[in-house]
Amino acid sequence: MDFFDEFPSLGRGPLRDIKKAIDASFKGFSREYGEALEAFFYPLLKFMVWFEKLLIATPWPIILLIIGALAWVGSRNIKLVVGSVLAFGVIGFFGMWEDTMATMAIISVATIVCIGVGIPFGILMARSDRIQSIITPVLDVMQTIPSFVYLIPVVMLLGIGKVPGLLAVCIYAIPPIVRLTNLGIRLVDADVMEAATAFGANYKQRLWGVQVPLALPNIFAGVNQTIMMALAMVVIASMIGVKGLGVPVLRAISNQYLALGLMNGLAIVALAIIFDRVSQQYGKRLQKHREGGHGV
Amino acid sequence: MVSDIKVSIKNLYKIFGPNPESVLGEAKAGMSKADLLEQHGHVLGLKDVNIDIQARGIQVIMGLSGSGKSTLIRHINRLIEPTAGEIIIDGQDVLAMSDEELLNFRRFKASMVFQKFGLLPHRTVQDNAAYGLTIQGMDKDEAIEKSSYWVKRVGLAGFENHYPAQLSGGMQQRVGLARALATDAEILLMDEAFSALDPLIRTDMQDVLLDLQEELHKTIIFITHDLDEALRIGDDIAILRDGAVIQQGSPQEIVLNPADDYVRDFIKDINRARVLEVSSVMDSKKPRSGVKVDKEMVIEEALQIATANDYKPLIVTEEGKAVGSVQFDAMISAIARPEKDAERNPEYR
Ligand SMILES: Nc1ncnc2c1ncn2[C@@H]1O[C@H](COP(=O)(O)OP(=O)(O)OP(=O)(O)O)[C@@H](O)[C@H]1O
Ligand SMILES: [Mg+2]
Repeated sequence: MDFFDEFPSLGRGPLRDIKKAIDASFKGFSREYGEALEAFFYPLLKFMVWFEKLLIATPWPIILLIIGALAWVGSRNIKLVVGSVLAFGVIGFFGMWEDTMATMAIISVATIVCIGVGIPFGILMARSDRIQSIITPVLDVMQTIPSFVYLIPVVMLLGIGKVPGLLAVCIYAIPPIVRLTNLGIRLVDADVMEAATAFGANYKQRLWGVQVPLALPNIFAGVNQTIMMALAMVVIASMIGVKGLGVPVLRAISNQYLALGLMNGLAIVALAIIFDRVSQQYGKRLQKHREGGHGV
Repeated sequence: MVSDIKVSIKNLYKIFGPNPESVLGEAKAGMSKADLLEQHGHVLGLKDVNIDIQARGIQVIMGLSGSGKSTLIRHINRLIEPTAGEIIIDGQDVLAMSDEELLNFRRFKASMVFQKFGLLPHRTVQDNAAYGLTIQGMDKDEAIEKSSYWVKRVGLAGFENHYPAQLSGGMQQRVGLARALATDAEILLMDEAFSALDPLIRTDMQDVLLDLQEELHKTIIFITHDLDEALRIGDDIAILRDGAVIQQGSPQEIVLNPADDYVRDFIKDINRARVLEVSSVMDSKKPRSGVKVDKEMVIEEALQIATANDYKPLIVTEEGKAVGSVQFDAMISAIARPEKDAERNPEYR
């Protein structure tokens, strides 16, 4: 009756061997290619360092001005502009300016990378059902696997620092933009697509002249989601050497500094709300042409 | 009009389903649409369609919903690939075209107007009208300049910078028409282009189309399920039922000699006086005096003239020469609805 009492599992010995073999081969891989990968990411690293320094070195009034201007361009809403500038003012007043700038730097770069990689993948996915059925489960894994699990190989490969942090953030934050690009393109009215085809539009003309512009509101919702998810990774990224608001939060956890944790946490929330509202307003503006009551 | 054939559709079959080739044999052997669906799970879209379409005329294709009209017209620019058959346009086999040739065919030779307009919602009226030209590769300014002529021609001057959603249905379809005309294509495909419009606007649009056709002489293939529309604008009408052409002919031929009950049912409510020509009721007597009418005049007009002339017989002329006469009574009985229409039962609907 032993069979039913204990789940028939691999013995400890073989299991250990399997794990060892996997670890060893990955270590071998990272020893072999770690440097090459680092070299590959070096320009990105340089850019991130430069951008972070730029944000920190720029006098704060100029940054406030830029933030106000961006909020205005994005939302055309004076309340949002005032709110954003005020929020940044308070953050700075409570001594979190530099960390906030560092966080802004990594979020910006992560968003750019996600857009640059995610949109082409979304387009690819929309092109054929087969590609979609391959990419969808990968995205599912990326979104559900606990971030700590992929931190391990990332750190093994690239060590601790900005680039692995960026990778971790991107792995977590890229799925929504891929999904929503794909969805947006697939939702484009079949009648409009047929008209484009009937006038002799080729794949490129249909993609850039019809599908992408009509999918923009959805793509933009994806960008918004991506930014939110990137912000959610700030604390975890700081565990592997990314500077920013996550670092004091970590310190607060290990030392039980309630106020410190709360303040920095709230700063992250403030950033999230500002990014979210501004980008949503912008997304809405992209749909302007849909106004008018005849329903197209 | 010199008759030459622009588009020739030969033995065209279209079967929808997982494996159309496997049931093509059955379809060719004459299996009905219902049986094919029941026994093989395939939809018979088109069945042995043969139509020769005259250049520079308006060919109407008519039929009830589901009869295959949209499927047929989409074969002409190959938006749909046939299961079997041939489509020859200006001597060239459309099905043999390479991808490149097909793109150019769609860009330069055949343009299309859609029932649901198919306008680009993110572009203005002006940019929509210029769409076909930009796809051809024309420089944007030039395209807009050229298409703005057509925007004006369809009566949309002043709306250039509106978005489609800001226009009424009728105006949107004018944009659709301008877009199709702007490419200078010789063939104009119109799939129920006016069906989504309310009756008054529809008549308006028919007038716009007929006026333009007066001067443009394009080969127009016009789909409709509305017989009045078909009779009004068609030079020739083909009637589809369950994917097969059951009758083809001039409006007058169809009204005078409906091929079967399906067609008869179609024509029962029309105003016959407006379709039938004097020639269909004339006799060969040649009275010495009387008012002259051309043999192609419709009865409605001839009746007016006869009434104004004390119901006397009219002299029928062909190219000015008297060829016969027409009696008032004959005209009246011709426009009365044939007896048997009343009791028939349209069970095929
Ligand atoms: N992609 C498709 N797959 C399967 N069946 C189809 C497809 N397209 C059309 N059909 C079938 O082919 C037949 C003809 O359809 P079609 O759209 O050509 O009709 P229609 O005459 O244009 O009708 P309507 O007046 O409603 O537009 C219908 O029975 C329809 O169900
Ligand atoms: Mg149709």
